[in-house]
Amino acid sequence: MRPVSIIEGQMAPLPQANIDTDQIIPKQFLKGVTRTGLGPNLFYNWAYDVEGEREPDFVLNRPEYAEASVLVAGPNFGCGSSREHAVWSLFEAGFEAILASSFGPILENNCYQNGLLPVVLRTEDAGIFAELAADPANSVTIDLPTQQVTSGDFTATFDIDPHVKERLINGWDQIDITLQSEADIDAYEAARPRLRPTLG
Amino acid sequence: MTQPQTMLDKVWDDHVVRHASGEPDLLYVDMHLIHEVTSPQAFEGLALSGRRVRRPDLSMATVDHGIPTVGRELGINDPLSKIQIEALEQHCKEQGITVFGVNDIRQGIVHIIGPEQGITQPGMFIVCGDSHTSTHGAFGALAIGIGTSEVEHVLATQTLPRTKPGSLAITVDGDLPLGVTAKDVILGIIREIGVNGGYETVIEYRGSAVTGLSMEGRMTVCNMSIEAGAVAGMIAPDETTYAYLEGRPYVPGGAPWEEMVAYWETIPSDAGAVFDREVVLDAADLAPFVSWGINPSQVVEVTGRVPSPDSFENLLERDSAARALEYMDLEPGTAITDIRIDRVFFGSCTNARIEDLRAGAGVIQGRTVHPDVGAMVVPGSGLVKLEAEEEGLDLIYKEAGFEWRDAGCSMCLAMNEDILLPGERCASTSNRNFEGRQGRGGRTHLVSPEMAVAAAIEGRFVDIREWQ
Repeated sequence: MRPVSIIEGQMAPLPQANIDTDQIIPKQFLKGVTRTGLGPNLFYNWAYDVEGEREPDFVLNRPEYAEASVLVAGPNFGCGSSREHAVWSLFEAGFEAILASSFGPILENNCYQNGLLPVVLRTEDAGIFAELAADPANSVTIDLPTQQVTSGDFTATFDIDPHVKERLINGWDQIDITLQSEADIDAYEAARPRLRPTLG
Repeated sequence: MTQPQTMLDKVWDDHVVRHASGEPDLLYVDMHLIHEVTSPQAFEGLALSGRRVRRPDLSMATVDHGIPTVGRELGINDPLSKIQIEALEQHCKEQGITVFGVNDIRQGIVHIIGPEQGITQPGMFIVCGDSHTSTHGAFGALAIGIGTSEVEHVLATQTLPRTKPGSLAITVDGDLPLGVTAKDVILGIIREIGVNGGYETVIEYRGSAVTGLSMEGRMTVCNMSIEAGAVAGMIAPDETTYAYLEGRPYVPGGAPWEEMVAYWETIPSDAGAVFDREVVLDAADLAPFVSWGINPSQVVEVTGRVPSPDSFENLLERDSAARALEYMDLEPGTAITDIRIDRVFFGSCTNARIEDLRAGAGVIQGRTVHPDVGAMVVPGSGLVKLEAEEEGLDLIYKEAGFEWRDAGCSMCLAMNEDILLPGERCASTSNRNFEGRQGRGGRTHLVSPEMAVAAAIEGRFVDIREWQ
């Protein structure tokens, strides 16, 4: 996983509440067997009309947001389906972080697995960044080590699980970390209640 | 004297492989459920890193999301879905994982067949690359949905690192009024607490209206925990749970059964256990609900009207309502019973178990589907379908004009050919009324099975309590 430390870039505002993963990447794009090729289909039903032509008014299609790498979203961003394709498509479309006051629980974990930073802000701070993002001239800096987000002269702090933070900063793979505890897994398995169901 | 514990505390503690201060707990996964759509990249990642599945015997796979519900004996037409389905079967064969495949009578929606086979049991930690894994919490299991990277993690290690969520007790006391189903209980709860109301918590559903539900009803309730933003939902195991499980294929009999029941009896929350938050609802306040918007908290009693966005004080909710009415093509003040529908989808992991099919058939009473409505029934598993056919339910549905399909997720997420056309309005027993969920431009109204069948017959929503 690519390490995450300081993210600098342009914000794009999508401040409505409860943007679900069906909106981020619709079902017809879940039929692949790879993690790639999803970026162009991000927010497909909002980004393209029924003829497949780009919707010029959709915020991410506007030329002034073409370079955006930080999405500023409403609360409960990424609720709904567990599809990790949502994170793969955001990442491939150039997003490195998402600012919101809360996230769908599965999407938040999926972000951490892919080095896409979900920044959980206080509700008031999320609102301020949504306003700042409405001006495409404003850039943002997210400093993961100090847990600060800054745009212009406004700075907010955010909380993150210290273990997750360390893993992101170092780009550590979760499976590699867990396998360091293999002896603990072996010991648990040896003592595990025998009456749990097994197959095969 | 030890502190009274919640059911979450107990099940959590039972699965901690490794605990270290300041780190997530490493939890042992008792059962990993797998389906064709969220697993191919996980198997690929496993192969690329030269790892194998640690415990194929604690994994179970089936095909449900992309599979056709008609004509599948002729093969899978969609070339992409065909590749996914074949990839799953190939990966599982290589790794020694049991698959309930396309031609297996036990095939079905993963959250329906786990309980049906007795693979889902109280006290287990169950994961699956699917958000509706919360369904299995109905047995007093801790069951959570995960993404594909974590599917790979579980395949490789049979564990999952997690920080313990908070606890939320939702108590629904009293008898459910006539015509009010488990679906209405959970829709009523989500309306009360909101689609984010369960954020960073595991919900424990309690109270006489919950314990009075069958296992099928409890699964319907726990299924939609994710729709309230919760990590999981749980219901304490009791005699209803044991009676459901006894004699199922993966549940042993004799002395082991007695031993298991003795363990299961220790799982419910202790008297005096403290929850981080508590919400109480009165069953008498619940009614048959119909969703009018684009998230599952946007519901109203069937006797109600489509609300005006101005009636919401919260700005985000007001915006959401305005957007919902535009997408749904509804005017504020419209009576729910004046909303006409084009399609009915009766299926999904929320409401496609045998009890749902019996309840829906029970309201037909010799009537037929409205000529303007296309209606389909999609049983949740091959065995549910078979059982329904043995009871003659298929004939009741078919004679009434419903299509009788093979098992799968079908039009809940419309990955296969079962899809709404733009502008079509659907009464659906599924769990999500998101924009485009059942097809781009399609409009979904979430209801109970009985309400869906009645709407199919009348061509509009009717109050099941009065409709005869």
